[in-house]
Amino acid sequence: MNIFRTLGQKPWLEDANPALPLNTVPEVDTNAAASIVLRFIMAIVSVLFFLFIITFLSRSQYPDFQALAGQPWQPFTDASRLWLNTGFLACASLAMQFGLRGARLTRINHAVIGICAAAFFSVLFLLAQLDLWQHLQAMGFYVNSNPANSYFYVLTALHGLHLMGGLIVLSNVAFRVWYDEAPEALAAPLKLCTTYWHFLLGVWLVLFALLTSTPETINALAAMCGF
Amino acid sequence: MQHVAIADQTDELHDPQTFITKYVWSQDHKVIAIQYGSTAIFVGLVALVLSGLMRLQLGFPDTFDFIDPSAYLQFVTMHGMIMVIYLLTALLLGGFGNYLIPLMIGARDMVFPYLNMLSFWFYLLSVIVLLASFFVPGGPTGAGWTLYPPQAILPGTPGYDWGIILMLASLAIFIIAFTMGGLNYVTTVLQARTTGMTLMRMPLTIWGIFTATVLGLLAFPALLVSAIMMMLDKVIGTSFFMPALVSLGETLDYTGGSPVLFQHLFWFFGHPEVYIVALPAFGMVSDVLATHARKNIFGYRMMVWAIVGIGGLSFIVWAHHMYVSGMHPAFGFFFATTTLIIAVPTAIKVYNWVLTLWQGNIHLRVPMLFAIGFIFTFIHGGLTGLFLGNVVIDLPLSDTYFVVAHFHMVMGVSPIMVLFAALYHWYPLMTGRMFNETLGKLHFWFTFLGTYAIYLPMHYLGFLGVPRRYFAMGTTDFIPESAQSLNASITISALIVGAAQMLFLVNVIWSLRNGAKAGHNPWGATSLEWQTPDVPPHHGNWGDKLPQVYRWAYDYSVPGAKEDFIPQNHPVTEQEQTGGDHEEGNS
Repeated sequence: MNIFRTLGQKPWLEDANPALPLNTVPEVDTNAAASIVLRFIMAIVSVLFFLFIITFLSRSQYPDFQALAGQPWQPFTDASRLWLNTGFLACASLAMQFGLRGARLTRINHAVIGICAAAFFSVLFLLAQLDLWQHLQAMGFYVNSNPANSYFYVLTALHGLHLMGGLIVLSNVAFRVWYDEAPEALAAPLKLCTTYWHFLLGVWLVLFALLTSTPETINALAAMCGF
Repeated sequence: MQHVAIADQTDELHDPQTFITKYVWSQDHKVIAIQYGSTAIFVGLVALVLSGLMRLQLGFPDTFDFIDPSAYLQFVTMHGMIMVIYLLTALLLGGFGNYLIPLMIGARDMVFPYLNMLSFWFYLLSVIVLLASFFVPGGPTGAGWTLYPPQAILPGTPGYDWGIILMLASLAIFIIAFTMGGLNYVTTVLQARTTGMTLMRMPLTIWGIFTATVLGLLAFPALLVSAIMMMLDKVIGTSFFMPALVSLGETLDYTGGSPVLFQHLFWFFGHPEVYIVALPAFGMVSDVLATHARKNIFGYRMMVWAIVGIGGLSFIVWAHHMYVSGMHPAFGFFFATTTLIIAVPTAIKVYNWVLTLWQGNIHLRVPMLFAIGFIFTFIHGGLTGLFLGNVVIDLPLSDTYFVVAHFHMVMGVSPIMVLFAALYHWYPLMTGRMFNETLGKLHFWFTFLGTYAIYLPMHYLGFLGVPRRYFAMGTTDFIPESAQSLNASITISALIVGAAQMLFLVNVIWSLRNGAKAGHNPWGATSLEWQTPDVPPHHGNWGDKLPQVYRWAYDYSVPGAKEDFIPQNHPVTEQEQTGGDHEEGNS
């Protein structure tokens, strides 16, 4: 749909707009509707994290802000634990893709394996993030001892909540297909779930890059934003 | 795969079988709309009472012992937040959005009825949490509706403990509710339009609601982000917004956050919020004006473009609310410029409303009176907005009653005039009964003249320099005694206007049983919602078959036509085809 062409229509001229058909569907396509919802959800979540990131960059320019990487004593100078967690989430994303491929080819076993593996790696990612929280607390990096710490906890918590939401939807999709005994209907909703998982991986990679940035990088980014 | 419209599926939850599923846990968009509307009007009445209490204090200081400075600030805060979020946003989008979208686009229901139901119950929960703050220790927050830190969460501000926490929690729940509803509205508009209902054949009401919903979906996250961060500052002592400071002689643990950061976030939501309220109102008033002037809306395409343009521009004007907070002069110039630019599409809409009335066959029924009243109040509020959009004028006026007058005219009175226009206009469809015309007209004149009696003098008070937010003026030298007389007269007007709203409530309730039967399409309207087989529409809206749309929503007074309106679902006749362009000077 070309939005400019649409907005240029002259609806008061009858002959310019034949009555039927007009690119509308007589029945609601639930998959198309769900696809629109997903796009809006991703836009909303993007705005949410974008705003957090903007405030992060703004807040980073105050003297009490101490980045979590850059110096040997900072926890993310060595980001190996974060890399491991990222690997879990990437595996979840890949598993979703594998499951989707199975669903599309109506190889239902592959789809089930993919979904189970994705759920497993997603839960593993969440547990690993929780373990990372405890690790940071043990090192004395508490949520309120520095704004950089606060951002780390808030951003990871929000990202984790979105992943948990995705898991709820995924389990709903899987069980509905199971109970309806309609495996051929799995591909469409699973495609949306897969897109969401890839999206959350993308969000996490951005957060990962931000949280492990050195003060110089953060300052450069903040300067680019005018802070 | 064969898809069946969700409303046509024989889903046991969606098909109301019992009283509970039909009227309480209902998934019917019309019932949900009325649930939203009733709750919003109830909470709006609470806010109306609060404004009356504020006015009592301002008009007659030292008279009412139960209004102390803390209570006054709490009234101000709760009045503002309830009116903007819990009444206007909820009633315009949750109420009218829910009721009108499926009916106007020819759908049976929202695309996701269950989500729609959840949206209302979350909204109700947010209202309960908000109102609960009246009953917690310390009472509701008195931080002002903008909730600026650091004072919002510091001792010395009323409700700094429980009140602010409940306010932030309530806002977060409201945002979840709005998001669930909003996703439904946009998806339904994009996916569930009936055959022939192209985007450019949609009534402007739907364009307004659709664009406002998109704005809301993208703007409310800013409020959520600020609410989360402030909640953490309050509850676990982070320093997102809280600077290092000494409070009541005690050095606090906060380490140097930025209160101005909160302001940016708040207004990045707050200014689009103005248009989240205004755009549905713009759309609805357009349809009311066209229907009761028996004339096609002037410049339909321009009206759509203006709605979309205003929506886009509304995201780059936010800092004009923050001139007094201080900013780089270049930013002040930028935001003043964008503010003036956004006035252009807004002015186009005003011209088009007036030109729609030009040589129309105007029927001065109650909805039309309110719609024309809106044009007056919106022009007044809009023009003072042009003043305040300029930095040099805003700085001296920002903290005075001039601003109170401005935003009440443009964002309080104007949308409420449209809400009344819409409520009277669609009341026959919702209930199947006509309201009492005389009571309606009385209600209009009390409201219209009364609001001028309230807000015109406030502009003058602002020029005198009377500061807003003050509990009492005391013996300030530069404020003449006559200002107090004016304040008293404003209070009396406000109380009369407030009492006059009872006329509306009485009319609504009385007419439910005693109003004349409305029948089909009592206004002779063209849009689809009036073409349902039953009035009020039954579950599923359209009986056996969805309507088909053949024309736009504004075929009024078409030359050669039998009647002065042609509904959207009437096929185009040969005579029309050969008759050429029968309307619109804007083709």
